[in-house]
Amino acid sequence: MTTLTKNKITDQILELHQSLNNFKDLRTNGAAILEQKGLPALKEEEYKFTAITKKLDQNISNFGPAHTVQLNAELVNEHLFEGFDGDLIVFNNGIYSPEFSHFSGQDYTIAVLDQEPQESLGTIAKMEKDPFVALNSTTFRSGIAIHVGRNKQIEKPIFFLFFNQAHNGEVISPRLFIQIEDNAEVTFLENTVSLDENPYFSNMVTEIKVAQNAHVHYSRLQAEHRRAIVVNNFETDIHRDATFTSSLVSLSGDMVRNNLSLNLLDSGCEGNMYGLYLLNGKTHVDNHTNVDHTKPHAESNELYKGILADKSRGVFNGKIFVRQDAQKTNAFQQNNNILLSEDATVNTKPQLEIWADDVKCSHGCTTGQLDEEALFYLQARGLGKEQAKGLLLYAFAGEVLDKISNDGFRAFVTQKVQERLGGSY
Amino acid sequence: MLTIKNLHASIEGNEILRGINLEVKAGEVHAIMGPNGSGKSTLASVLAGREEYEISEGEVIFQGKDLLEMAPEERAREGVFLAFQYPVEIPGVSTTNFLRTAVNQVREYRGKEALDAVKFLSVMKEKMKLVEIDQKLLSRSLNEGFSGGEKKRNEIFQMAMLEPTLSILDETDSGLDIDALRIVSSGVNKLKTPQTATIVVTHYQRLLDYIVPDYVHVLYNGKIVKSGSKELALELEEKGYDWIKEEAESASV
Repeated sequence: MTTLTKNKITDQILELHQSLNNFKDLRTNGAAILEQKGLPALKEEEYKFTAITKKLDQNISNFGPAHTVQLNAELVNEHLFEGFDGDLIVFNNGIYSPEFSHFSGQDYTIAVLDQEPQESLGTIAKMEKDPFVALNSTTFRSGIAIHVGRNKQIEKPIFFLFFNQAHNGEVISPRLFIQIEDNAEVTFLENTVSLDENPYFSNMVTEIKVAQNAHVHYSRLQAEHRRAIVVNNFETDIHRDATFTSSLVSLSGDMVRNNLSLNLLDSGCEGNMYGLYLLNGKTHVDNHTNVDHTKPHAESNELYKGILADKSRGVFNGKIFVRQDAQKTNAFQQNNNILLSEDATVNTKPQLEIWADDVKCSHGCTTGQLDEEALFYLQARGLGKEQAKGLLLYAFAGEVLDKISNDGFRAFVTQKVQERLGGSY
Repeated sequence: MLTIKNLHASIEGNEILRGINLEVKAGEVHAIMGPNGSGKSTLASVLAGREEYEISEGEVIFQGKDLLEMAPEERAREGVFLAFQYPVEIPGVSTTNFLRTAVNQVREYRGKEALDAVKFLSVMKEKMKLVEIDQKLLSRSLNEGFSGGEKKRNEIFQMAMLEPTLSILDETDSGLDIDALRIVSSGVNKLKTPQTATIVVTHYQRLLDYIVPDYVHVLYNGKIVKSGSKELALELEEKGYDWIKEEAESASV
């Protein structure tokens, strides 16, 4: 039964996207992998808690590409956050929309990826690793490449704003390739807006190269509508003395799978991964993270926190590889969850593989209810029960929110979190 | 102000309080003493509204209202304050941060105007002096990494901010060195008015040198087995609790 489903979807996808003429090699390779492996079934270890293929089968009626929709300036402006000051890159169902984007173009370049040669594409996020990368490689129509040159310090953030709207549950396939050269510094922000309540499948691939001594922050908000099915493959190569920090806040969606991989390729580099999933209804969010320490003296920090209400489900899987060469590695991982209802679930799994013998690694995970003692303490000071709950949950979430480096975006995300928790604190 | 009649309370099927009777009037200080496990902290917790306890019998009337019917926050707004024996650590929430909300909730309930940020700060500064507490401490995560003395001073600082009618100090002296004890007690004494009352729950007579009680009650096996003046505390200090236990047991036989 599963095999049938798998083949049905992949066959449909390959058929519906075969008219694409660019990136022939990439597409041929992707199609070959998909034909061979199909989309992941539940029995596959990496997807055992997240039945994404089944979800797609049940909710997506047309696996063809989502075409661009009507946007207007007013709509775009509505979704800029208060105090936004930076460059704006708008995507319309995954396709770069130059008419609503604005950027100075002085310190970096943006190129539309719609034809060869683009040799780098697929070199960081490898399609052999995850069938959804292969899928994106066969279905994306065009992507964009951003290039930040050596020594460029981009002071204002670059904001990627995605507008998604599919009429029959089509596939949206955004593709980003970002190169940040030596000593450059830049902050990226990302938000996705669902324009209506129709189901869609967004399958995005982001590849980032952070060259020597470059410093990059990348913050994302996921607050798509209740029927959105989302898969993200986000992979970064981090070179000598470079720093990369990812913050990801997930608030809604139907089923969301985030694969985040940091490859620490040289000494002195640092990779940070922070995540918050604040879920209700039946939202299912799965964060699979992977940090690969390959050389000595590199550091990684990871903190993911979850607050789960109603029948929501969170999955956290944190892999840390420390290869034999990677002596003096510091790797820290923490996952904490609060369950607010008996029907909410969390599956959390740290996965450490350490081949070097002189390293400092720690990991910990907790899952529990709200601290009743703390709740009583605040009530005994006169705070109402709901208010005290909100305050405690906000404090729990705050540790992750604080990691969002851009003030305006942090305030924007914080406000969304407070709205969910029912008040401002 | 407070009348406790035949109060019985249990937790997980174990009866801890077995018929407490107590009358506290405005302006009075009552000390509740007793050996470990006698029910002192349970009494404090029940008065503040901790939900784990089941009240099987009895009543508690506070300023004419049934206290046991109220949620913990209502009791606080009505003017009951509990200084915790073990103040909770709350990462990410600072004292300043939650106290402004708390103070304004309480003020609103009592029909007073809310304090804006500026006024709140000036009131805070004034009250901080009472317990010699540093503002930096108040902006840190609540009680996280605080010393024992800092935690207890913070409790009394909160008491000063919330201006309760009835303060219940649950073993506020336990673990304090003499300097900290002096600071905490002098804070409590300065907050005393003819309109307010204090219940001091303690294991040690030492505290009562600083906070002088009008009455001392000895709790044993969930009942008040002896009441007297402050001299009773001195007697307990000298003779320990064994004679109380013997007296109580022979009386019950």
